[in-house]
Amino acid sequence: MPTSYTEMYFPVLVQAILAMALAAGLLTVSRLLGKRVRNRVKDLPYESGIVPTGDARQRFSVKFYLVAMLFIVFDIEAIFLYPWAVVYRDLRMVGFVEMLVFVILILSGFFYIWKKGALDWAAGAVDRKENRAP
Amino acid sequence: MPISFPTTLDLGRFLPEILLTVFGTLFMVLDAVLQKRSKNLFGHLTLLALAAALGASLYAGSEPGPAFGGMLVVDGFATFFRVLVLGVGMLIVLSSYRFLARENAETGEYHALLLFSLAGQCLMASANDLIMVFIGLEISSIASYVLAGYLRDDKRANEAALKYFLLGSFATAFFLYGVAILYGSTGTVKLDQIHAVLTGPNAPFPVFVTLAAALMLVGLGFKVSAAPFQVWAPDVYQGAPTPVAAFLSAAPKAAAFAVFLRIFTTALEPIGTAWEPLAWGSALASMTIGNFAALLQSNIKRMLAYSSIAHAGYVLVALTARSDTGTSAAMFYLAAYALMNLGAFAVVTHLSGKGERYLTLDDFAGLAQKQPFTAAMLTIFLLSLIGVPLTGGFFGKFYIFKAALDSHLVWLAVLGLLNSAVAAYYYLRVLVMMYMHDPSQAVQEAEPLSHGLQLALVLPALGTLFLGIFPNWVLEFAGHSAALMK
Amino acid sequence: MAEIPIAWFLTLSAVLFVLGVAGFLFRRNIITVFMSIELMLNAVNLSFVAFSYQLKQVDGNLFAFFVMVVAAAEAAVGLAIILTVFKNRSTLNIDEVETMKN
Repeated sequence: MPTSYTEMYFPVLVQAILAMALAAGLLTVSRLLGKRVRNRVKDLPYESGIVPTGDARQRFSVKFYLVAMLFIVFDIEAIFLYPWAVVYRDLRMVGFVEMLVFVILILSGFFYIWKKGALDWAAGAVDRKENRAP
Repeated sequence: MPISFPTTLDLGRFLPEILLTVFGTLFMVLDAVLQKRSKNLFGHLTLLALAAALGASLYAGSEPGPAFGGMLVVDGFATFFRVLVLGVGMLIVLSSYRFLARENAETGEYHALLLFSLAGQCLMASANDLIMVFIGLEISSIASYVLAGYLRDDKRANEAALKYFLLGSFATAFFLYGVAILYGSTGTVKLDQIHAVLTGPNAPFPVFVTLAAALMLVGLGFKVSAAPFQVWAPDVYQGAPTPVAAFLSAAPKAAAFAVFLRIFTTALEPIGTAWEPLAWGSALASMTIGNFAALLQSNIKRMLAYSSIAHAGYVLVALTARSDTGTSAAMFYLAAYALMNLGAFAVVTHLSGKGERYLTLDDFAGLAQKQPFTAAMLTIFLLSLIGVPLTGGFFGKFYIFKAALDSHLVWLAVLGLLNSAVAAYYYLRVLVMMYMHDPSQAVQEAEPLSHGLQLALVLPALGTLFLGIFPNWVLEFAGHSAALMK
Repeated sequence: MAEIPIAWFLTLSAVLFVLGVAGFLFRRNIITVFMSIELMLNAVNLSFVAFSYQLKQVDGNLFAFFVMVVAAAEAAVGLAIILTVFKNRSTLNIDEVETMKN
């Protein structure tokens, strides 16, 4: 039985070293044995066989950020559901009612962003009267 | 531990926060649904919501005690600050009607954010547990960040929001780290239990607790804009929409001081000698930096921002006194400061014009000729900010320096008094401008006062005079609740 | 059964916190500054969880949950503010967002 802290984590260290050695080894071997052809076509980024167009560093539309930000908030709020779900049976009705209040608050936030048009992908396609600039 | 439904007593003591949250959420839903509405609808509804929350606070205050297993406590102290921030909220709503119409801004979200921010501040006032303190602080702050940048096409407002957000979250992280260390060394996050552990036989190693106190002092120092953490205040107050700047200088500040007072005079009182020098230094630095920098300002909002830093310094003097008299003096001062400062900001809101063009000192020239009533109101507020007798500001300063002397902080009291003499100069400059010069362009263009602004001027003026003539009424309540807090 | 001593967690947490502070003070890109703040918050979370484990209590874990949720809300608001700044000024350099002087 490993007793000290170092002994306990020794296998992890061994595994890390093995993984690195394997990766380094394979790369070296393929470099030594493989044939190398360099031309323009070969240097193109691989995009599933389709001829790449444009620059990879293009800007994304701002509306993606909006979706990302909303996602962060709603996603993280869900962490409260996990501990609740684990002890749901012990909490009985109290837990249910409290979670109901929580979910109603979240849903009203969801309703708000939905009505405000933050979830519309094709911005501008629909006439959104309620989305005036403040 | 068995888990049961909160009792009606619990819910009653939490009612102000519940009401504010429900109304705020309702506003957001209404704002998304309603297509046609009168432009003052949300303002009126907010006043209604705040009146309800005020009633609920008084009702909760009539039956003091802990709620939710001691996470909250509704005592006189909590009720005092709840009533204070809700009153501030009402005055802000009153001075925002005209402003929002002038800037053609959305009203629904503005008022919803205001309510959320106030809900956080009410929670801060009644929190008796560091988790609740943190949540209250963040509800209040996050809503205020958005409010500061509410006019999102305005470059100055953007910048204000950005700075407020970055420095505010930075401060939160410091506060939290302090909380983490305090939790680690005492094993609890409940304020009364922390006090018990610190005075008990198994008191933790004092170095850690002092470190925790110092980190929390940094975090809260940022929130109340005390030196040396005041750098954000001038830029934020200048850039934020004027009613929002007024709000930031009164409500979040008062609530942060409530937390400050509650944590440092109850839970951390046993290590008082360790944090006292830090508070001493911060108090002196805030007063000096605030007052001397205010002398150099030509932008009125910036000047009021520096003056707000200086006033935070005065309240810190009361905190440094570490006594019940000090706590009650701080409470009295925060009430007086909120009233006089809101009044002064309301005049700035009135005079600044569309797009907030007129914000310099020179724009106040000749106000007394064109609008003698507005000028008279501003005179009351400025005299109170100076600390002239018969105003709330005078008794506020008087009680603070008396508390400092009672606690043998002679040097701090003397330096504070010298500071208030310096401060008189820049407030008087505005008075001279108003009464001794010919009307400026801003004054020529100024519309007559709207009804909302009239109320937003008259009510604080009456309050300031009331505190100046009958200070005992509020002071006794404050002293009583400060003594009960322990 | 051997355990990692709590001092290690606390040291790591302190190091991360200081890195966050340094990033906040010395970086010029607003997004990086913002990430530094998140680093500070997560350093604090590490402390909370470590203390909670040491004290065999749930309070610290609870605190960490709330910190995470609040940090997410802060991130959403913060990114929105940063976006409006970028829209109005087309820069994310913190030194260029400096128009207000007396």
